[in-house]
Amino acid sequence: MATIHPKLSEELSQTVVSSTKSVKLKIKRSNPNVNSEQKFDDFVVPIEKWTTVLDALLDVKSHLDHSVGVRYSCRQASCGSCGMKINGKPALACFTKISELNSDSITVEPMDNYPVVRDLAVNMDRMISNHKKVMPYVIREDSEIDAESGIREFLQSPENVDKYIQFSSCIKCGLCNSACPTMAMDKTFVGPQALAQAYRYIADSRDKGKNKRLKVIDESHGIWRCHFAGSCSQVCPKGVDPAMGIQLLRGYLLGIRD
Amino acid sequence: MMVLRESIIMKIHYGTAIGALFLTVVHILMRLTQDFHESLQYENVIANYENIGYAVLLELLLILISVHGFNGLRVILLEMNQGPTYEKAVTIGCLIGMAALIAYGSRTIIMTSMGMV
Ligand code: HEM
Ligand code: SF4
Ligand code: FES
Repeated sequence: MATIHPKLSEELSQTVVSSTKSVKLKIKRSNPNVNSEQKFDDFVVPIEKWTTVLDALLDVKSHLDHSVGVRYSCRQASCGSCGMKINGKPALACFTKISELNSDSITVEPMDNYPVVRDLAVNMDRMISNHKKVMPYVIREDSEIDAESGIREFLQSPENVDKYIQFSSCIKCGLCNSACPTMAMDKTFVGPQALAQAYRYIADSRDKGKNKRLKVIDESHGIWRCHFAGSCSQVCPKGVDPAMGIQLLRGYLLGIRD
Repeated sequence: MMVLRESIIMKIHYGTAIGALFLTVVHILMRLTQDFHESLQYENVIANYENIGYAVLLELLLILISVHGFNGLRVILLEMNQGPTYEKAVTIGCLIGMAALIAYGSRTIIMTSMGMV
């Protein structure tokens, strides 16, 4: 005979019926458009083994405080919207399971090195404009659409693809830029995200834009302001290694690669 | 303010660093030819300067470290603050500092090696 769970009545009143655990979620709140006040609001949220930090935040928004400002979209580490500082480390909220944090208290703050829009949402204009500056597309005179022969393909060998493929996983979440100590000091530094993408296109055998891109990054707030802290590569959720991309790019500028 | 391409400046930075490391090793090895306390005695210091090979070594070390050090300082200052006027002042200030240090150090090396002190 099935026994009635002793805590069933209590659990029914919670958002997740089967949950037996909860955590304290400390959310950093601020709204620079209104005033300079910054504070932490604490919420207790039920969790499961699979609950992500984003799930917990959305739980707060649904049931406890609708006004929490957070940016998200895909919920599957693809869109790059939900970067934030979770227990002090830059990470994607949708790709961080609370059960893996081994803590009863989770602190979420907006990413460093970006101006805050509100609460956890930051302004990413600087990263987007630096990304554009390195011309993140294949540059060449001819096109895959040919007037005479119709459509053709620019073929690549698997070895050619290997040279850049890991860098093409970048989802522009901006976590690398938020972890970078030079980004924190130098407001005009181009940043690891854009540098990794400069490498991604230069190393692509279909691309002919190497000299144009090298010119963009070879200036006083460009590639040379990286001092190889390596924190960009530590925090990237997609396995991109911007620090290595930067060193490989330096090889072109120092004349030890072509 | 762009005087040279940044990659050329940084090639100079790394080149002068490696050169200075090498010459510093030679400089320290030369100290081993006598006891440490002797190497700081007035007559020995003057005699070192009067050895033309050693004077050339000191002059090269002076140039390499002045160029490297002031460029290093420029890099640090560029990262601490930004803005066209500030950056221009940093570049010009570091170039003047570099030239002044090389001039003053060279004066000491040349005068001493020529027996003018
Ligand atoms: C006068 C004071 C000095 C200053 C302000 C200075 C500054 C710097 C800076 C800022 C860098 C980093 C460059 C970068 O990564 O962008 C650097 C690199 C280097 N310095 Fe110096 N430096 C000084 C003296 C020296 C001396 C005396 C030596 C050796 C005899 C030396 C050897 C090196 C070496 C080997 C590097 C290359 C390592 C790296 O890039 O991090 N430096 N220096
Ligand atoms: S390199 Fe990684 S951390 Fe940086 S923006 Fe791309 S995906 Fe995010
Ligand atoms: S919501 Fe898209 S990456 Fe997290």
